Amino acid sequence: MAEAKPKPKIKKEAIEMPKQEPKARVKNFNEVALGYDEEQALEEASRCLQCVKPQCVVGCPVEVPIPEFIKCLREKKYAEGIATIKAKNALPAVCGRVCPQEEQCQVKCVMGKIGHPVSIGRLERYLADWEREHGFQLPEKGKPTGKKVAVVGAGPAGLTVAADLVKLGHDVTMFEALHLAGGVLVYGIPEFRLPKKIVQNEVNYIQKLGVDLRLGNLIGRTHTIPELMKNGYEAFFIGSGAGLPQFMDLPGENLGGIYSANEFLIRVNLMKAYNFPDYDTPIRIGKHVVVIGGGNVAMDCARSSMRLGASVCLLYRRSREELPARKEEIENAEEEGLVCKFLAAPLRFIGDEKGWVKAMDCECMELGPPDASGRRRPVPIKGSEFTMETDTVIIAIGQTPNPIIQRTTEGLVVNPKHGTIIVDENGKTSLDGVYAGGDVATGAATVISAMGMGKKAAKSMHEYLQNKK
Amino acid sequence: MYKIVTKKELALKEKLFEVEAPDIAAKAQPGQFVILIIGEKGERVPLTICGYDREKGTVSFAFHEVGKTTKELGILNEGDSIENLTGPLGNPSEIKKYGKVLCVGGSIMIAPLLLQVKAMIEAGNEVTTVLGSRIAEALFMEDEAKAMSKELYLATDDGSKGYKGLDFLKQLLETEKFDRCVVMGPVVMMKAVSEITKPFGIPTIVTLTPIMIDGMGMCGVCRVTVGGKMLFGCVDGPEFDGHKVDFDELIHRQRLFLPEERLNSELWELGGCSCGRSQA
Repeated sequence: MAEAKPKPKIKKEAIEMPKQEPKARVKNFNEVALGYDEEQALEEASRCLQCVKPQCVVGCPVEVPIPEFIKCLREKKYAEGIATIKAKNALPAVCGRVCPQEEQCQVKCVMGKIGHPVSIGRLERYLADWEREHGFQLPEKGKPTGKKVAVVGAGPAGLTVAADLVKLGHDVTMFEALHLAGGVLVYGIPEFRLPKKIVQNEVNYIQKLGVDLRLGNLIGRTHTIPELMKNGYEAFFIGSGAGLPQFMDLPGENLGGIYSANEFLIRVNLMKAYNFPDYDTPIRIGKHVVVIGGGNVAMDCARSSMRLGASVCLLYRRSREELPARKEEIENAEEEGLVCKFLAAPLRFIGDEKGWVKAMDCECMELGPPDASGRRRPVPIKGSEFTMETDTVIIAIGQTPNPIIQRTTEGLVVNPKHGTIIVDENGKTSLDGVYAGGDVATGAATVISAMGMGKKAAKSMHEYLQNKK
Repeated sequence: MYKIVTKKELALKEKLFEVEAPDIAAKAQPGQFVILIIGEKGERVPLTICGYDREKGTVSFAFHEVGKTTKELGILNEGDSIENLTGPLGNPSEIKKYGKVLCVGGSIMIAPLLLQVKAMIEAGNEVTTVLGSRIAEALFMEDEAKAMSKELYLATDDGSKGYKGLDFLKQLLETEKFDRCVVMGPVVMMKAVSEITKPFGIPTIVTLTPIMIDGMGMCGVCRVTVGGKMLFGCVDGPEFDGHKVDFDELIHRQRLFLPEERLNSELWELGGCSCGRSQA
């Protein structure tokens, strides 16, 4: 790598992403992060060292050729840049926004050793947004194979599989139980983190590739996998997510004003309850919201509640260090006014005379030895009970897979403890030709890990279909 | 889009739609429900299936014009379309030969009850049917019920038709033995009937209609307490053992969004809201 020319000095700090100011953004549901302009994108792209052995790619679950797309961006070959990403990732506008890049591609970036890593996610987003404004190009498709494939669930995993297989020439039908495609991208992640028109745009792209999308079609009820097998479908991908909310089994949990995170987010995101009565689905939110939990879903609930006008306290049974949410999300939430109460957990909910929650009894915790997850286990402190006043509680302690498909597909082996479908490293289930991936296989995880599994499954499904007579 | 092929006026503010939905019609069973979305800004509304024609590819449901969406539905006509219909959802009824079955239906749920009556008769049961409503004008389908059932009793809250209230059921149960009781109607009615049948030890199945959003186990707003356990109306039900349901909690939870529902309904009555949708 000997070069004669003196190297230009490389900026150590990343270009900041413009954002809505906390005081302003907490009053609206518009996107918080505003995206780079061209000048900012070019400047940030210039920080990439174009490593010969790029580590960032190793960190990416879907192996986006990161230095290549950044090179295109630098040279202002935007169409080529986005095509480079899309060869590996069908949902760049989504990933550019919600991927935890700081734990994946960016954590491996060499620039991180001398300053900030290159803002790969922001650059990905720039190209994806550029494409949305300039119209997308469809890639070349393989020759039709005549093989019918069913994808169950139009979330991140399913969309990835559908895009990959349709590009290879297979005849793909995607069954979505809800009335809109996108899965957690439309019902879970709020508008201010991921505008729904961006999701819709990615869905449109996948439909334009030739995927037949059937909405309002719950596999397990409207059709079952064994029926579809009889109807000529040769391979299946189950990406039905982790849709079943967990409750705490505490007294008073069915009082008015207590939502599961899923109910709250479905009302607000999917049904647009923040626009009630323009939209028909209402949401009732009080003045003092308590969100129980510490993951990204809890942060989404907290930040949505603040936008609906409430003051919000997050109640988490471990300490700040163990918060599973993305650091960026915690910072955003705290800037917007989130108050955190660590090392405490609820014991019971107390209702008023009308059956609405008015307070909750809690107890303090301390951290004991690590549990199975490797995190230190919270242990109750005797005699530490206290009461918190609240008028709305959102329970965001996790989701498990919906059992409807498992129950209606004989021979599909499921983990009895977690309800997840058991798969091998390629997403293959116990049934021939049936694959699964995303949260239904892993339990609640991230968008990109679901896409990564979808990617692997699609590859394996393609091989399976080719080898099938 | 799902086209309305038949619209029937059942009674005062009570209507029935037969809708083209071949996928749902192919699978529907008594006891199941559909989720309806009227348009882009619409809410998801669960409605119990009251008929299906597998050959024609249609499914039927009845509704009472009480809130915004049902009022908006009520002005649709044959040939109009509904944006989305998802189903069939929920578990089918347990239909088998029990012997003598008492079927009790109230208000708008009379329509799906009669589907149940038909299925019970086809399974070899002898069915006695009770239809109830608030007032005489809200009763419907008496002729169909009479034609199918061994015996038909009518009841109204005000006594304007048939018996006044449901107390007569006690006398009925004292004179006649039933092997199973099926109740579909307002929660207060299901509660009352369950209380009446309990001392007689008649297994009593109620169809719960809690608030739902997705209707497939995602949101948990339909949670009900049955036998001290939290269950979901949509995926664990909608039919439950009437002697184990915490009806008072259900009544409370059904009313959680009443002020918002009233507001939306009133805005609709005033001719639509500022969004530009109107009754025109």
